[in-house]
Amino acid sequence: MTITADTGMNGSTVYRLRPGWRLQWEETQQRHVLLYPEGMVQLNDSAGAILATLDGQRDVDGVVAALQAQFPDAPPTAIEQDVHEFLLDADRQGWIHHD
Amino acid sequence: MNSCSMPTDKGGSTMTDHTDTAAANQPLPGHTGAPLWLLAELTYRCPLQCSYCSNPLDFANVKEELTTDEWVDVLTQARAMGAVQMGFSGGEPLVRQDLEILVAEARRLGFYTNLITSAQGLDEARILALREAGLDHIQISLQASDPDVAAAVAGSRKAHAKKLAMARAVKAAGYPMVLNVVLHRHNIDRLDDIIALCDELGADAVELANCQLYGWAHLNRAGLLPSKAQLEVAEATTQRWRETLAERGRDMRLLFVVPDYYSDRPKACMGGWGAIFMTVAPDGAVLPCHSARMLPMRFPTVRERPLKEIWYESEPFNRYRGDGWMKEPCRSCDERHRDVGGCRCQAYLLTGDPAATDPVCDLSPDHHLIEAARREAAGDNRTLEELTLRNVHESRVFCRT
Repeated sequence: MTITADTGMNGSTVYRLRPGWRLQWEETQQRHVLLYPEGMVQLNDSAGAILATLDGQRDVDGVVAALQAQFPDAPPTAIEQDVHEFLLDADRQGWIHHD
Repeated sequence: MNSCSMPTDKGGSTMTDHTDTAAANQPLPGHTGAPLWLLAELTYRCPLQCSYCSNPLDFANVKEELTTDEWVDVLTQARAMGAVQMGFSGGEPLVRQDLEILVAEARRLGFYTNLITSAQGLDEARILALREAGLDHIQISLQASDPDVAAAVAGSRKAHAKKLAMARAVKAAGYPMVLNVVLHRHNIDRLDDIIALCDELGADAVELANCQLYGWAHLNRAGLLPSKAQLEVAEATTQRWRETLAERGRDMRLLFVVPDYYSDRPKACMGGWGAIFMTVAPDGAVLPCHSARMLPMRFPTVRERPLKEIWYESEPFNRYRGDGWMKEPCRSCDERHRDVGGCRCQAYLLTGDPAATDPVCDLSPDHHLIEAARREAAGDNRTLEELTLRNVHESRVFCRT
């Protein structure tokens, strides 16, 4: 994959949730939410699926591969683009960190 | 707790391009959504005496606190209804010796647990015990950057040093740390020092919350409200710090909450009455916000009815939902769904009518009351020491027999 501008993300970047933040499936809301001190981000399906694959081990390429396997009917390049865009944005928002 | 620990415009959801739109969380007209936020005020007892406390003036009337089992039942019911963010508050929640039990239960149920504390009663052992119980976050309040002002605000000489030591210990224990500083005319000019102190303590975020004028803060209003000039300097200071922090790559967010007495439109208080936020008071009274207890209405308690019935069906919770209750100028106003008519408590405190338009709005026929309050504050020369401290002795004055 291409190396992106200011965040230094590439295919082998390992992202994890910001310390103290928690991803959780909320049955009553029927969606994933990202919980942090005194706040909550309500995630849509794709954002929830992407964050749910961050396990502290998988790198960006691994996240793409896992989601491509999970959603075989979706165009693989669209998934890749979605993942890259979302992770960059989540990094910028401070939801996720990498080493 | 102080009046600003739970910013009223931050009821729960941050929305971005990658999330569903805000509308997803807003039920259809006439349909009530779930209480996503639960504030558990475990006790009104507190070792400090802050003159801006949001607790009711007659808090000394409340003697029968909910038991551990009753609180566990409240947590269980609220979680089943969809509540997911929760704050343990008070008074000082650390006064309750069963706090660790309640935190563990809340965490087991799936809540994100926030402890909102003055740090009095905290020590390293308790920080670790709370960590083991699964506590997610500790928010410590600071009164000032220097011990003298802090002592005058809180009515305690020892509190400030304790707060600093505990803030360091909380950070060392690996918690995310939000510091909350309630601003008023006696500390706002030291904002530069206050932010520097928060930076030095390693805060992840700082709430610079101009004190909201309810409860004890309303009683002391003229002696707390800053001037417009003070406020403008403070906003500029905050902005300068944001730029400095960004240049240094330091991730410490600064949230500046303006006092609405200097706005011309009211805040959408709590995101709407009974919309997403629910407070349970020490004796089990269920409230749409932590200030609502002083309104001329009686709120049901968890000892009388199930929480679900109280939230969805009780008369007090339904009274100011939607827009059917609104009077002019709100009723025909295009902005009525944006600001929900403002704050019911503020309307009542200033006009005597809880259904009135919040006088903060410059369209309100009562807006002159806000202007008068600003003038009154400008002419008030009392020192901090001359304000009324929030304590049991003073509270008894307000207790009905």
